[in-house]
Amino acid sequence: MIPVTIDGQHIEVEEGTTILEAAQRLGIHIPTLCHHPALEPYGACRLCTVEIRTPPSPSDAGSGGTSGGRSRLVTSCNYPIRWEIEVQTASEKVLKGRKLLAELLLARCPNVPKVQELATSLGVTEVRFEPHDELCYLCGLCVRVCKELIGQSAISFVGRGVDREVGTPFLKFSDDCIACGACAFVCPTGAIKLEDITDKKPRPLLSEFDMGIAKRGNIYIPFPQAVPKIPVIDREHCLHYTLGRCGTCEYYCEANAIDYDQEDELIDVDVNAIIVATGFDMIDPHIKPEYGYGVYPEVMTGIEFERLSSASGPTMGEILVNGKKPKDVVFIKCVGSRDPHTGVPYCSRICCMYTAKHAHLVRDKFPDARITVFYMDVRAFGKGYEEFYDRVKHERVIYRRGEPSEIYRDSKRGGKLVVLAEDTMLGKPIEVEADLVVLATAVVPRTDTPGVAELLGIECSPDGFFQEAHSKLRPVDTSIDGVFIAGCCQGPKDIPDTVAQAKAAASSALGLLVRADKADRNPSADGTRPQDAADGRHDADKAPSEWRHPADKQHPADKQHPIEVGGGK
Amino acid sequence: MALKTGPVTEQLELFGCIQCGKCTGGCPVARKTALNIRSLIYHMLVEPEMKLDKHPELWDCTCCFTCVERCPKDVRPADLIIELRGQLVEGGRIPETIGAALMGVFRQGNPTGMAREDRAAWADGTEIKAAQEGCEVLYFVGCSPAYDLRVQAVARALVRAFQAAGLDFGTLGTDESCCGNEVRRMGEVGLFEMLAEENAEQFRSVGAKQLVATSPHCFNTFKNEYGLDDADQNPIEVLHYTQLIAKLIEQGRLKFSKEVNKTVTYHDPCFLGKQNHIFDEPRAILDAIPGVKLVEMDRSRERSLCCEGGGGRMWAEGTNLEERLAFQRVQEAAETGAEILAVACPFCLLTLEDAVKVQGLDEQLQVMDIMELVDLAL
Repeated sequence: MIPVTIDGQHIEVEEGTTILEAAQRLGIHIPTLCHHPALEPYGACRLCTVEIRTPPSPSDAGSGGTSGGRSRLVTSCNYPIRWEIEVQTASEKVLKGRKLLAELLLARCPNVPKVQELATSLGVTEVRFEPHDELCYLCGLCVRVCKELIGQSAISFVGRGVDREVGTPFLKFSDDCIACGACAFVCPTGAIKLEDITDKKPRPLLSEFDMGIAKRGNIYIPFPQAVPKIPVIDREHCLHYTLGRCGTCEYYCEANAIDYDQEDELIDVDVNAIIVATGFDMIDPHIKPEYGYGVYPEVMTGIEFERLSSASGPTMGEILVNGKKPKDVVFIKCVGSRDPHTGVPYCSRICCMYTAKHAHLVRDKFPDARITVFYMDVRAFGKGYEEFYDRVKHERVIYRRGEPSEIYRDSKRGGKLVVLAEDTMLGKPIEVEADLVVLATAVVPRTDTPGVAELLGIECSPDGFFQEAHSKLRPVDTSIDGVFIAGCCQGPKDIPDTVAQAKAAASSALGLLVRADKADRNPSADGTRPQDAADGRHDADKAPSEWRHPADKQHPADKQHPIEVGGGK
Repeated sequence: MALKTGPVTEQLELFGCIQCGKCTGGCPVARKTALNIRSLIYHMLVEPEMKLDKHPELWDCTCCFTCVERCPKDVRPADLIIELRGQLVEGGRIPETIGAALMGVFRQGNPTGMAREDRAAWADGTEIKAAQEGCEVLYFVGCSPAYDLRVQAVARALVRAFQAAGLDFGTLGTDESCCGNEVRRMGEVGLFEMLAEENAEQFRSVGAKQLVATSPHCFNTFKNEYGLDDADQNPIEVLHYTQLIAKLIEQGRLKFSKEVNKTVTYHDPCFLGKQNHIFDEPRAILDAIPGVKLVEMDRSRERSLCCEGGGGRMWAEGTNLEERLAFQRVQEAAETGAEILAVACPFCLLTLEDAVKVQGLDEQLQVMDIMELVDLAL
């Protein structure tokens, strides 16, 4: 460790530490424009220049000293500390040079906020040089990011002297650029625009949770309630995994949590019961090309609208379509549902109510909007549902009976979308203008349902969802004892039904656990082993006398919880 | 003329209809005439009789089959129209022009009633093998391309492309008869069955492996109603010309030597697109033609607007002469800025070309068959 004194403060650093790093550790600010912690020191902007001198060594003390005392100016970002030095970051000499630099920068880039801030902080207000209007002050961050982190070297400095600028080879688009956008991202002034560098179009990564209406990074927390709530790296798109480069996140992460070598772990768990609650997918609305989903940005699915209107969503609940507040809002129900063509002969059960809720939300946000709900039948069957439907209708939401057949854009109506339908009550074809169309798409089994069914040995019903053991009497059991199903993996259902099923499945599983627990503690009493207890029906009458509440912490059996986590760590 | 609804309702299995109105909502002619197929189905379900004379709009249907495509319950609404037309045909209560077209098919093998001997006149000067001598691909020309002076150009362009690609093909010459697609849709089922039987026999006797048609209408009935893919009696693969030409281009057998520097938009014919889901091949051909810049109309592919030429409408005006869908369609095409409205169907070619003239767009928009564009680039 080498002792250093910076502006009178003392610190000991490892050999090779730069002055800038040492100063930052002491909380001393040294201005810089070209330095970036993830890049090699560059020393181009010269703003970080400081004054150093070697202190007189004790051996020199008597002789007046020649090694110490003499000071010189160095750039702090790329000056490695090798022996004891004294640093002054704001001496008269330093400030004089820094002000001149700021003045030159201000002459070159008078409209760049970062330069203006720098000049103000140094008290530079007047410029003695001929003013220009540049955005780029040649810090080279873009060039170095592309070379050092991305490894492509797609851009570089071209030209000499006053003609020096950042550009592609021969100022032409080349294949070397991968349109990653790192150059534009790191550019502090907005001088670098991706479209000047390449004709390739960057592919934004869209947030799965926000249904693609917001972007996400390569490192992201999947959704706010994620368990565990830790960020993940998208290996398919991360440059480190795809090209073996970058690694910027590892540099930045103060907790050293980035571990590129981390592998998926397979964990073996011994259990007495399994509850399958894998949920559902929504049908791809492209299956109904007549509605122009994917063609018109005004056409979205219910779940996309849900994210758009959510106060915790990417727009904080502000509903804007093409940048404008919608005046005419159309909801279309049964998109894909009740339609054997799409493989969804059943009713999706939740759409009538969530569409009513969405209409209510639109009314809440836009009191003057014209809201039309197209329906084939309204199925408001749950407790309080019909009342909610009534309420929404009283909120001036117009329900029109008829399944729309087509959506197109009409240039004669100022480019508005037009929903074609027959109002079957009127018995005539109608055209309804729309700024926003929300499709209540069908609930379908998850694509991995057959795989999970095969894994567990349970069955699927003809609609593709998991098959319950008996449609009326054993709705959460399956054909395999000890495997239970709950929620939309069994079929479309709303939240109250899902919760009821989840509780039923949990209590069914609990019964098994209690019996298995009893058998473990007293295997000779009735000869029952946990495996026998897995068949939950025949010995149900034996359990009550031995039953205990799972929250009863005093019970000694807590030390041998029937669920054992093994393998993995 | 009162029809007892019960038997037809049973036969067409109309009971599954949930009256959602998706058929009428998407029906292109329902917006301009009294035709309401959803209401007709309801009538069939709940009333004992239907007075067919009260429904002149039955002849408005273009058989675009948008209703059939979009019905969530497999009801096939257009089949009811065809059935009701059949009842009218049997009762002799049909528009005069429809009667003339059917008579023409019966007597001369084409709905225009022009002489059978003149059916191959379009090919004068081209050297086309008689299919009867044996060929790999049987080219079914069709009535409009054979007789209509405008559409003949398409048949000749197609022949030049086949020859350029070195395709072993032949035609039936004057032995070729109407495919019957429109005949069936005009309700004359007996005549259709006769045509289908005779034509299928003739196709099989030639021994061709593939049958390619100029018109999506001929293609549709050959593919879906003739049973030519029957594996028991040497199956024949039925193709629309856009499929074959796209394949020949892809295989490098058809090469272009010239540029066609035009902005082109493409109109999906109902019998090719909606009914047979051939959307990509026509576009692939246009994309392959050097110089062509393809732009899309808002309503394209599954949402294409019917030109109103199908379902016998080439021979019956329908109940609303003023608002032709073709007028609307050419305006949509003009809005794209295209110089050429490309089609792949003889009926679309004729209806849209007329519409361009009536709408006064002939200086900015030209209607051409895809084959004519291909021909320009060969």
